Amino acid sequence: MDGVALLTITVLAIFVGFEVVSKVSSTLHTPLMSGANAIHGIILVGAIIVAGQAADAATLVVALLAVVLATANLVGGFVVTDRMLEMFRGRRGGAR
Amino acid sequence: MTLLSPVWTALLYLLAAVCFILALKGLSSPKTARRGNLIGAAGALVAVVTVFLSSRLENIPWILGAIAVGSAIAAPVARRVQMTQMPQLVALFNGVGGGAAALVALLELGHAEEPWVRVAIVFTLLVGAVSFSGSLVTFAKLQELMTTRPVVFRGLPVIMGAALLAAIAASAVVVVTGAVWIAIVLLLLGLATGVLLVLPVGGADVPIVISLLNAFTGLAVAASGLVLGNVLLLVAGTLVGASGTILTRAMASAMGRSVAGILFGAFRGGSTAGSTAVSDRPVRSSSPEDVAVLLGYAQKVLIVPGYGLAVAQGQHTIAELQSALEARGIEVVFAIHPVAGRMPGHMNVLLAEANVAYESLREMSEVNPEFKTADVALVVGANDVVNPAAKSTPGSPIYGMPILEVEEARQVVFLKRSMRPGFAGIENELLYEPQTTLLFGDAKDSLTKVLSAVKAL
Repeated sequence: MDGVALLTITVLAIFVGFEVVSKVSSTLHTPLMSGANAIHGIILVGAIIVAGQAADAATLVVALLAVVLATANLVGGFVVTDRMLEMFRGRRGGAR
Repeated sequence: MTLLSPVWTALLYLLAAVCFILALKGLSSPKTARRGNLIGAAGALVAVVTVFLSSRLENIPWILGAIAVGSAIAAPVARRVQMTQMPQLVALFNGVGGGAAALVALLELGHAEEPWVRVAIVFTLLVGAVSFSGSLVTFAKLQELMTTRPVVFRGLPVIMGAALLAAIAASAVVVVTGAVWIAIVLLLLGLATGVLLVLPVGGADVPIVISLLNAFTGLAVAASGLVLGNVLLLVAGTLVGASGTILTRAMASAMGRSVAGILFGAFRGGSTAGSTAVSDRPVRSSSPEDVAVLLGYAQKVLIVPGYGLAVAQGQHTIAELQSALEARGIEVVFAIHPVAGRMPGHMNVLLAEANVAYESLREMSEVNPEFKTADVALVVGANDVVNPAAKSTPGSPIYGMPILEVEEARQVVFLKRSMRPGFAGIENELLYEPQTTLLFGDAKDSLTKVLSAVKAL
């Protein structure tokens, strides 16, 4: 893909990123930070590609380390965010 | 031979990117937050399956093994962590993500022919490394493995400047020559910079730094998308970078801080006001029964919960106390400081866990005028967020931070473990005021005693 197309995508993504979180109450800052944190765990895709193309053992070891770290970010991030949000559910169903 | 054509691959990545946007959007409202997070996870799953089906990959058993290891480490920890320790866990996950991005960039250097790809590699390496080591330091601070006070030493700005200059020089060399060993030096410089960046940050500001490093990791991932020519990484990373920046600013303004002030404030000095020395001025301490009488015959009670409540796991007991007081016809409201706990919104999560009704939680701006009409302000395990020094003592580390105006209430009751100062490491004058009563002890024990005394009234 050419540079201009990539630049276009980047700039549009920046604006989307600004817009989606522009009006968030402080109540949700923590889950939002945690959710955004999980999303950048998608670096896992990059780590998998690099590991899949590794030609020598040293490269493979480092790439697999990246896969482990990225997976921890991705899986752990979504699980911990879900746990946080699970607690928000309870109080809406409360009797009071 | 791959199962998916490039067109299908691109479409599936687009689907994943849309999922991430919907996830962030969903997370911005309490009603849709949980669904939003699940949509994000689904998007991630689509993306990971797509990469296996669309690329020519060797070593697949090894990769699957590494994914299993990563999941086996992270999922149980994320599931079992105490909600009080969640901020440092988020910091840790953020750090390893940054580390992964840096490693990916390092390995791609061998394949990079064009200079602009090397620029993206250098950026990913440096920012990913800063995020990794910086996050580990915030983890250590929040876990109290090290001091929570700002760490400043003579020459820190000089070392910091030298590290930055060296990093710029090394970056230039890597872009021109593509030498791997210089890239490793750059990685080490990034790690050092991350540590130096976070060391001078005071404990109370650490959450904002986590958010900032989160945005950094997003940017590193975006740049790695450029390196690999992968649009999904580019979009997802940019989304996190942009939203993380906004979130960081929102958090900082909730605390009356500027991001630059947090990062570089300690360099300018002046944070020496307020010593940790515990003064021996008299305070009025009392018994659980006295506190129960104060509460039980009030008309309006404002409860200010803080991190101490969370540490003692007292959120369920305080919810019971609220019910007991409401049964006596007393109005009970929780006054939530934006950074009560350790992160913005952290206390809301903890109280929601204890089934405290959403309607009785008030944000700071909404609740501050109500302290004047409150008979009792019950401060449980909070200190810095009610410290009047934030308004009255220029030069104090928390000066300028908006606080809950507890001192306006007719009576103030502190449930405290000891006279030790709060996370910011400064003393609270309010403890010595005539309207203040203290009840020492573990927050949960104290609350349990007060609760049974209220029931006995």
